[in-house]
Amino acid sequence: MPIEILMPALSPTMEEGNVSKWLKKEGDKIVAGDVIAEIETDKATMEVEAVDEGVLAKIVVPAGAEGVKVNTPIAILAVDGEDVDRAGEGIGEAEAAPAKADKAEKAPAPEAKAAPAVEAAKVPAAPKLEAAGDPDIPAGTEMVSTTVREALRDAMAEEMRRDEDVFVMGEEVAEYQGAYKITQGLLQEFGPRRVVDTPITEHGFAGVGVGAAMAGLKPIVEFMTFNFAMQAIDQIVNSAAKTLYMSGGQMGAPIVFRGPNGAAARVAAQHSQDYAAWYSHIPGLRVIQPYTAADAKGLLKAAIRDPNPVIFLENEILYGQHFDVPKLDDFVLPIGKARIHKTGKDVTIVSWSIGMTYAVKAEAELRGLGIDAEIIDLRTIRPMDLDTIVASVRKTNRLVVVEEGFPQSSVGDFIANQVSQRAFDHLDAPVITVAGKDVPMPYAANLEKLALPNVGEVIEAVKAVTYR
Amino acid sequence: MAVAAKTASASKSKADSKTLQGPAAPKPANFTKDQDLAAYRGMLLIRRFEEKAGQLYGMGFIGGFCHLYIGQEAVVTGMKMALIDGDQMITAYRDHGHMLAMDMEPRGVMAELTGRRGGYSRGKGGSMHMFSKEKNFYGGHGIVGAQVSLGTGLAFANRYRGNKNVSLTYFGDGAANQGQVYESFNMASLWKLPVIYVIENNRYAMGTSVTRSSAETDFSHRGASFRIPGMQVDGMDVRAVKSAAEVAVEWCRSGKGPIIMEMQTYRYRGHSMSDPAKYRSKDEVQKMRSEHDPIEQVKARLIEKKWASEDALKAIDKEVRDIVADAAEFAQTDPEPDASELWTDIVH
Repeated sequence: MPIEILMPALSPTMEEGNVSKWLKKEGDKIVAGDVIAEIETDKATMEVEAVDEGVLAKIVVPAGAEGVKVNTPIAILAVDGEDVDRAGEGIGEAEAAPAKADKAEKAPAPEAKAAPAVEAAKVPAAPKLEAAGDPDIPAGTEMVSTTVREALRDAMAEEMRRDEDVFVMGEEVAEYQGAYKITQGLLQEFGPRRVVDTPITEHGFAGVGVGAAMAGLKPIVEFMTFNFAMQAIDQIVNSAAKTLYMSGGQMGAPIVFRGPNGAAARVAAQHSQDYAAWYSHIPGLRVIQPYTAADAKGLLKAAIRDPNPVIFLENEILYGQHFDVPKLDDFVLPIGKARIHKTGKDVTIVSWSIGMTYAVKAEAELRGLGIDAEIIDLRTIRPMDLDTIVASVRKTNRLVVVEEGFPQSSVGDFIANQVSQRAFDHLDAPVITVAGKDVPMPYAANLEKLALPNVGEVIEAVKAVTYR
Repeated sequence: MAVAAKTASASKSKADSKTLQGPAAPKPANFTKDQDLAAYRGMLLIRRFEEKAGQLYGMGFIGGFCHLYIGQEAVVTGMKMALIDGDQMITAYRDHGHMLAMDMEPRGVMAELTGRRGGYSRGKGGSMHMFSKEKNFYGGHGIVGAQVSLGTGLAFANRYRGNKNVSLTYFGDGAANQGQVYESFNMASLWKLPVIYVIENNRYAMGTSVTRSSAETDFSHRGASFRIPGMQVDGMDVRAVKSAAEVAVEWCRSGKGPIIMEMQTYRYRGHSMSDPAKYRSKDEVQKMRSEHDPIEQVKARLIEKKWASEDALKAIDKEVRDIVADAAEFAQTDPEPDASELWTDIVH
């Protein structure tokens, strides 16, 4: 059978091209790799190499032809000693230039054959998250006053005792005992093989961690602060988050990236940023941002066990705060489940991490004004427990979101959008997000205070949505 | 005092540079008949596969970017000959040859290129993002240089587990200028990780020649600041690659830490299918093809030593073409992934 040489696609966007020049003429012998023609694509002039051996029996589309559709036969190759003249006539005549335009119509591109456009447009529904509720804490369980710092350390230590594949790496995590003392004592218990001091190379050690995770280990990568993880964000997004999907489920990255996030105190623009919205944008990541010590412990343990990459955003100001933590052998909380911090009927306040401190203080003052606020601690930003928020809004008809991040494209923006879609008829006021101000964090004490959300702003927002 | 200090430090650095010396690239050992035949077949499979991939791209069956490995076949083929079970391989996006060298199925690779359900990533990765846990192939990565840190992490896992496996981490002369490569070098050397950094120097980072992009064009020296030894290897000669690979693998397995192998190689095709390759002369390409072709070198040896007749080689060629034709047929007829696959292999 003679072989049809088709107009090739030579760029991701090419649909048609021009035959600029034939470098072989009819009757020429051709071996694989010979440049036979030059084709002008939408991007460049490309050489076309022969793939098969034979004799160029017929040039169907002459040099100078423009707008030749991809996959149109442009020449006929006689192979294995076929009669050149007959090969040329046989297919050449039937499919020669006059048929060119029809041919493009008649022969749909292979993609079109495989997937009719109508079917492609029908997007199957996304699966729905089914997060379990919090585990029951048996009556009589001792509650131990614990700092967030201790809770995080305990979570790591417990998981490292439980699973030999879990290790922690980062700057100053071992001998220095942690820049913020979160890894205190871990080196002494687990040794330098499992508590690994890294050089100051966020991009590199994030990648090393992801590689180790792809090989089946379960790294906890500590960033001294998440501000420095900007150096590593390519490895987090492109390598950690996408590999499970790109590999068709063959391998993923069971890794936890954790460290303090957001504003601390007077460390100014480059050290004060909340990354909740950044990471919550990325499919394939889980994003957790706890407020209490119990949540910090239960969720960090869950994060370490989770087979997916988890961004665990802590807060330096919360590290030293005390909360009750149940004294249980294995206290693990569900990822993706919000916690109703306080029930109420007049307004819903959604917050997480340090934002909860403003919400809690505001709620106390609002009570004095006769406003009964419900506070939801989101805990996990991705996947988000929208059901809990929507159920609350259907009850209170009003919603205020409190976060420290920048206002544009914030987590609160996403919540407002989802609530407007799922509970529009239940809203009696627009959703307000109390966010950080739209400026880099200033250094001066007074300006820093102004840049952050505050209790007064939360109260004002609640008054606004309750029309007080 | 200052002079004394200077002298001391100078003599120290001299002593240090001596300790830095790693193994030299060995003289290529001759292959046995079986080795030459295996190398011939392995390299031919890659070449025919890539030619077919180029053809399918031209027909619109393969979309997006497609980077062909034609010309560089001896590198992965020779390296693979020095590996044992469990050794890992990772590379960037010019990855089809690496996958075939790791014995991944041509059908599965080609069907991934055409975005079909029978592809290694079920059609969700494409040419640049493909993996096989079973064959210890860790991708297939689209971001230049990212695979270097990841491959270092694979080596970290080997050391953590105390096994004898080695991570073969491939990257090009272009990626060799990325910052994370050096961050990885530092950690790999500091922690004595069993990783071979295989730098495939094909002379062009897309359209920029090494002399226009690299202050140090001897890539075997790129580890000097991190005490990582390196060797330059004729990457067009599969025997040279294998001999050097054995030395490098032994270096890593014996706990001496990382090592760099600069493979001096050449790609015949453009950077990707849409690259007209105007940045180099046709003569340059033709000279490499006619004088250094990795497959022709083996073929000439096989014939000269009377290890294979022209007919026997033709039979191998036919067998390889049949495998590739079968893969191409599969890749064109296998259905696209089911629409429900949109939501699988991802956490929600």
